[in-house]
Amino acid sequence: MRRHSLQHDSEGRLHHLLTIEGLKRQQIIDILDTAESFVSVGDRQVRKVPLLRGKTVVNLFFEASTRTLTTFELAAKRLSADVLKININTSATVKGESLLDMLHNLEAMQCDMFVVRHADSGAAHLIARHVAPHVSVINAGDGSHAHPTQALLDMFTIRRRKGEFAPLTVAIVGDIKHSRVARSLIHALTTLGVSELRVVAPKTLIPAAVESLGVHVFHDLDEGLRGADVVIMLRLQKERMQGAMLPSEAEYFATYGLTEEKLALAKPDAIVMHPGPINRGVEIASSVADGPQSVILEQVSNGIAVRMAVMSMALGRAPAEGEGA
Amino acid sequence: MTEQDDIEQLIRQMADDLRARLEAARVRDALMVGIHTGGLWVAERLHALLGLEQPLGELDISFYRDDFSRIGMNPQVRPSRLPVSVDERHIVLVDDILHTGRTIRAAMNELFDYGRPAAITLAVLGERSGRELPIQADVVGRHFDLGEHEHVKLSGPEPLRLSILEAP
Repeated sequence: MRRHSLQHDSEGRLHHLLTIEGLKRQQIIDILDTAESFVSVGDRQVRKVPLLRGKTVVNLFFEASTRTLTTFELAAKRLSADVLKININTSATVKGESLLDMLHNLEAMQCDMFVVRHADSGAAHLIARHVAPHVSVINAGDGSHAHPTQALLDMFTIRRRKGEFAPLTVAIVGDIKHSRVARSLIHALTTLGVSELRVVAPKTLIPAAVESLGVHVFHDLDEGLRGADVVIMLRLQKERMQGAMLPSEAEYFATYGLTEEKLALAKPDAIVMHPGPINRGVEIASSVADGPQSVILEQVSNGIAVRMAVMSMALGRAPAEGEGA
Repeated sequence: MTEQDDIEQLIRQMADDLRARLEAARVRDALMVGIHTGGLWVAERLHALLGLEQPLGELDISFYRDDFSRIGMNPQVRPSRLPVSVDERHIVLVDDILHTGRTIRAAMNELFDYGRPAAITLAVLGERSGRELPIQADVVGRHFDLGEHEHVKLSGPEPLRLSILEAP
């Protein structure tokens, strides 16, 4: 039997979530709609639904994370799943056990889902190719490749604030080249079809041939922000400074930092987003990050509902043909 | 086949029955909750006929279904909305057809995750044989005697129409 793609089952349903690439517009809309229904669960007396009772979710985080790890854990718990967190620093991989050996051991303990964050691009794909057929893999960020749930929660936040995607001008500002969030955002926003998608960064932080993805490149922040409905700031990875890609934090802030003055160039009702963690005074001024147009904390709460939607859709499939129950 | 006029008539009778019950039990401030989708159509009419003070609540029981692991996530799930606290409140739960009782079980499980209601009254437009759980309705529009392979289905919202179908 030939698979439609690694992340879909033979009936086209989401089995793994590894990347936004290959998701159809309707599939993204279905995830956002399902997430909408999970929002109210957080406002109730009992913040739990019984959907994944008896399922076991394993968070495999090979790279530090607070927001993503915590919201995945909360999402799984609100779905009534049992959640296991494997601390990779103290686990067997440092004792020389291979990653796949560890996975097979976890499978032998009847785990149903792996949520994977790894510094290497392609790690989640590798795991998805080797897990048992009933196991689902969710990519929680792999190298500079993809961070699909972050892009989905950003789409959810934009839709809740702005309604339709079609009329929007969206500017993504910062290190586009090394950002897995940027890559997933570009795929999500072009699939959903915004009016204009801009990426704004110095030449050294723009990947080659990015225009082929359907974005407009700006090297001047003022021009990139003018008339934007949504401004998404990316975290500047400080380690990039050493690679002579950038002069200094102060100079970067002066040229590409989002201040109140710069934000005034965007539409008056523009929203400001950031996937976190924020470098205050490097890519964004504190007064903007904490200001009235910022939806940064909303992104964090929305992350729970969106991850609940993705987890329940991936695990809530009737077994497809040729798949063990 | 039951035509639209009959159904509006059935719902008026249900409203009278419900009003009498709520008065007899001295219930004030009842919260009516319709179950998506057919139950909500019936609830909208009952709510207007009774002139209830609290806005209508709606439940989508997709997250509480007992066959989730067999049939998977309903892609058309809608948010549940309860406008006021259910704690110590009398709930009138409304569905279109009472059959196995599993939908009502799921709805009651969901309601209890919002708080502790004082009581729940169940009103259904139609009931039929085939109960798999010990659940009965308090207010029933019409009883259907159906064969094992027959189903009754409500379509709507305008007009409401009940059809009896042969199962495929």
